[in-house]
Amino acid sequence: MPVANGTSTGPAQTDAGERNAPPRAVVGSQVSYEEEMFGAAFDGVVVRRFWRFVRPYRLQLAFGIAGVLAFTVTQLGIPLIVRSAIDNALVAGAGAQALLHVAVVAFVAVVVFNFVANFSQEWVVGRIAGHLLFDLRRAMYRHLQFVSLGFMDRTEVGRLMSRLQGDVSALQEFLETSIFAIGDLVLLFGIVCVLLWLNADLGLLTLSVVPILFLVRTVWLPHARRAFMHARETSSAVNGALAENVHGVRTIQEMGREEVNFALFDDKARDNLNAHLKASQFSNVLIPIVDGLTGAAMAIVVVVGGGMVLDDALDVGVMVAFLFYVQRFFDPIRSLTIQYSIMQRAMAAGQRIFEVLDVPIEVSDKRAAIELERSDNAIEFDNVTFGYVPDLPVLKRVSFRVAPGETVALVGPTGSGKTSITALAHRFYDVWEGAVRIGGHDVRDVRQQALGQQVAMVLQDPFLFTGTVYDNIRYNRHDATRETVMAAAQAVGAHEFIENMPRGYDTELEQRGGNLSIGQRQLISFARALVADAPILILDEATASIDSYTERRIQLALARLLESRTAIVIAHRLATIRGADRILVLQDGEIIERGTHAELLRQAGLYARLYRLNYASFDDMQSEA
Amino acid sequence: MENERFFVTLKAPAHLSAPHSIESSQPLALVPESSRVRRRAVGFDATTLWRITRMAFRYRWRMGLAITATILAAIAQIVIPQLIGSAVDNAHGLLADVQADTGATRSALFQAALLLLATSLFRGLCTLVQNYQGEAVGHLIGYEMRLRYYAKLQRLSFSYHDQIHTGDLMTRGILDIEGTRMWVSTGVLRAILLSVLIGGGAWVLAGIDAELTVVTLGFVPAVGVAAAVVRLKLRTLWYALQEELGVLTRVMEENLGGIRVVRAFASQVFEMARFDIISSRALAVLHKRISVFVTGTTSMTFIYFLAMALVLWIGGERVLEGRITLGDLAAFLTFITILQMPVRQIAWMVNSVARASTCGARLFEIIDLEPEIRDRPGAVALQAQEGVVRFENVSFAYADENGELPVLHGVSFEVRPGQVLGIVGPPGSGKSTIAHLLPRYYDATDGRITIDGQDIRDVTLESLRRMVNVVQQDPFLFTAAIANNVAYGDPWADRSTIRASTQAAQLHNYVAQLPEGYETPVGERGVSLSGGQRQRLAIARGVLPESRVIVFDDSTAAVDAATEQRIREALADVTGTRATIIIAHRLSSLMHADEIVFLEDGRIVEKGTHAELLAKRGRYAALHALQSQASDAELADLDSQGDTS
Repeated sequence: MPVANGTSTGPAQTDAGERNAPPRAVVGSQVSYEEEMFGAAFDGVVVRRFWRFVRPYRLQLAFGIAGVLAFTVTQLGIPLIVRSAIDNALVAGAGAQALLHVAVVAFVAVVVFNFVANFSQEWVVGRIAGHLLFDLRRAMYRHLQFVSLGFMDRTEVGRLMSRLQGDVSALQEFLETSIFAIGDLVLLFGIVCVLLWLNADLGLLTLSVVPILFLVRTVWLPHARRAFMHARETSSAVNGALAENVHGVRTIQEMGREEVNFALFDDKARDNLNAHLKASQFSNVLIPIVDGLTGAAMAIVVVVGGGMVLDDALDVGVMVAFLFYVQRFFDPIRSLTIQYSIMQRAMAAGQRIFEVLDVPIEVSDKRAAIELERSDNAIEFDNVTFGYVPDLPVLKRVSFRVAPGETVALVGPTGSGKTSITALAHRFYDVWEGAVRIGGHDVRDVRQQALGQQVAMVLQDPFLFTGTVYDNIRYNRHDATRETVMAAAQAVGAHEFIENMPRGYDTELEQRGGNLSIGQRQLISFARALVADAPILILDEATASIDSYTERRIQLALARLLESRTAIVIAHRLATIRGADRILVLQDGEIIERGTHAELLRQAGLYARLYRLNYASFDDMQSEA
Repeated sequence: MENERFFVTLKAPAHLSAPHSIESSQPLALVPESSRVRRRAVGFDATTLWRITRMAFRYRWRMGLAITATILAAIAQIVIPQLIGSAVDNAHGLLADVQADTGATRSALFQAALLLLATSLFRGLCTLVQNYQGEAVGHLIGYEMRLRYYAKLQRLSFSYHDQIHTGDLMTRGILDIEGTRMWVSTGVLRAILLSVLIGGGAWVLAGIDAELTVVTLGFVPAVGVAAAVVRLKLRTLWYALQEELGVLTRVMEENLGGIRVVRAFASQVFEMARFDIISSRALAVLHKRISVFVTGTTSMTFIYFLAMALVLWIGGERVLEGRITLGDLAAFLTFITILQMPVRQIAWMVNSVARASTCGARLFEIIDLEPEIRDRPGAVALQAQEGVVRFENVSFAYADENGELPVLHGVSFEVRPGQVLGIVGPPGSGKSTIAHLLPRYYDATDGRITIDGQDIRDVTLESLRRMVNVVQQDPFLFTAAIANNVAYGDPWADRSTIRASTQAAQLHNYVAQLPEGYETPVGERGVSLSGGQRQRLAIARGVLPESRVIVFDDSTAAVDAATEQRIREALADVTGTRATIIIAHRLSSLMHADEIVFLEDGRIVEKGTHAELLAKRGRYAALHALQSQASDAELADLDSQGDTS
């Protein structure tokens, strides 16, 4: 093969990068979420579950399959018409113009039918597959809105996204190809049947090349697949390195890593080049084999068939038809092998999708779940034990009560259970033992929606969405007017800087509010909670230190937010802690001290000790202890 | 206003019982409009195409081989129908002419068969060479473009990266390189193949029957034009679809990333409604695309078969009239079969022209850019002596599409080796800009900055940046081992150096207790560091390389005060002889500095030591009062209570 060593002319020999590669340098070890695996091409469970999504479209589907079959039949019929035209009308002696016209009219009729069938099969199948793609994605996305937060914490967003995109598309592709595969199979069998019907001997002889092709492909496939996969892997390695360069370019320039990184990137790019050259060899090497086999089949038809025509054992039209079929013969074989790979991929993707759909929804509404009144605004923890891992409780028999309108600050080292308390108050999880009550109702008896409206949360990381400031503040309160939004912003002192932005409230925030400072993001998330207007507020104060000017504004906003609300605050700032009506000090999942600031100082316990050390944040004390 | 109907008819999905069903005259929040500005998807750019083609022809023998193989493959393709025709005539001829010698006919048949086999094999081999060499040249071009693109991105100034979206850069680096590299095989070689095939075929067939040739080839332009139009429409729709899907992706990603916010506001119904609106928008585009695609391909097949019927009819009449032989007709029919695929490929060719034009243009746009900040001709390496930094009347303004935004006005100061300069001021006063100007991430608009008397614009960037290190507030961490991150500026650093810097940054104890220690990867597959730990890592990274000047740009904001103090003490050894600039808003970070400047609206309004500035009772003193209010007052409070208890 002349091309096999063609790669040597490329820039392949430069290994400068290797020679002085620094020991501590890599580029782009970004994680890839694509899991390529080639397992079974058919998994009954996956197909059965997939069928549930297909069922609503079964009528269209039947129509589509009918179209596929009709299309295949017309494909098969065309050479036969040519044959009959030749044998009945054109062969010397037959000489019937009328018969030629009949054949041509039949041809046109078949072509029109072919067109209609072709159109309907492609159109219907394409549309169903499109719908399925979106249905499947929607089902999975919806499921993710409700599955346990524990699952969401454990699973990286990138992985979920690859389920919602790549895997879903694999199933869409599966539906499309499996329907067309039916057509290909029918076409293949049809050709075989027609050939044998036209002339069994010649047919068998011609078909003898087929096993050779199957054999060749069987040998070829595993090697080729490895080459293709390697090419894909090197591509994602190169793209990962590029992504790192794009995102980290400032650091790269700051640290003067340009040359080192370029040499490393060059290595990766060259691997990628060589892998692709290899893959290209594999994908093209089959061409002369298929062409040679087609040629062999044609040669058989010419020698044997021609001989039979000479012996008057075969109509010349049949020979022509044979020549036509032979040229079309390898198409369905080729597409069937491609479809086989697609099916394998789809089964693997299907398993992963249904894995996600099978993640249990741990927290769900009871059948007779109740609504809450606005006045249901006391919080009560009654002997609550809770943890994330069996036998490792994070909270141990915690009891306390927050009276309506009262603000309670939670203080304690990292891992003491503060965040768990706030999560339980909102029923992100269910308790192991004991009960959490809002307004005297066990949260497990309350409708989650109602609970969500009753209890607003401000998270430590003020997550904002891409969109306008206005949209971010009103978030899910689609009925909030512009006045409400502006009033909320004014109340938390965000109005001023929002108005100073290029388009005021209509300024588009970048991803996660990237064009705002941490303090500003904080204020917007306060405003968002204010618009939500819930009687109970749970607030996890940010730990990052913020410049004093913004800090003061945040303290004022906080006071405004807590006003006339029942609140639990995970507090890090002294000012916030002091502002609380009561303080609960947590350690190892237990409340060890409780009282007002002054009372706690008098107790001279953990709180007083921490306070005396004057930490910026009470969270850090663990590393110091 | 296609989308309007969604606002009024949108209901919460039936299986989600909504507390307040989403029926409102007001549009939902956070549902982005489809952008009206579409990427220019369809275009023709001769300069770009020529430039890519020229790159291809630098691989002279590969291109020569590819083109030769392409032409030979096309010729073989033309020969095959003729061989079939003559075989048919040979076999059929005997019936017409009883006198003919059977033996001779049989050996003629055998020859034709051998030739057919040989030609098919030959065509296959030529196609192999054509495809492989075409793709190889494409990959080589892709490789070269990738390197040039990567290298250019590394060198483009901050001001450029500020303006361009990272997603855009990634698209160019992945999809546009792909589109450019495909040009050789899908554009150049395919054009040659098609011209030879159609031209040669026409010439050969015309020798048999000119009129029938016209009929046979008549469908080519019709299908070609239709295919091209459909293809370009599909291309535009593809971009539209990608855009809608891009929005959908972003919405899903944000939802999953911010799932706690979603749960906290119990806004699943809202989120599903949002998803449904965007999703149906994308589905609508997808359906439209399917319609265009299906209409296009099926009508092409239709035209093709009609042409075949026409050939059969007219050719049949001619056979009956005795003007052509049955074998000739078979040759015409075979030729039309063979043309089926290549003619459809006209569409791909047109697509390739559009794709290579736009993709290539976008790539070259970046590759041709000159970095705004670069070495001036004849720049020499910075001559390191002591490391005295001096700002002389420095002004700076950020320029963007909205005009200029002045940030610094005539700032002057000096930092000497071993000295610490503190910079403090309200947000937006220009503190960080100073950190950006010193290593020339941006160039000052007025005034000058010198190190040891040398204007930083007269020395090479590389030597300047080796001399000056900046520790950022929000560092970018690489997906690599902690040790690799610490040694980012000096990947040759040995273990003890790495350890020394993490110790100074108060990160060593944390790293040492990790199971994999310094080899623990940072990020998704390793540890996720807290804000304070990230900053400490950045400090370790910043102090590791030898430098004369070091700037801390608010780099301890997320580190607690006690740890910060220990970092400061530890760093004193490391930074002892360096000129140090500390930018901070927490006064405890910089009150020990040899000199402190208070920046406001880009001007230095106060300057002096901590004590001097307090004595001035100006802005610095006010800020100090504000910051110590809480802690000091309460400490006093605590003391008094301690006494009473």
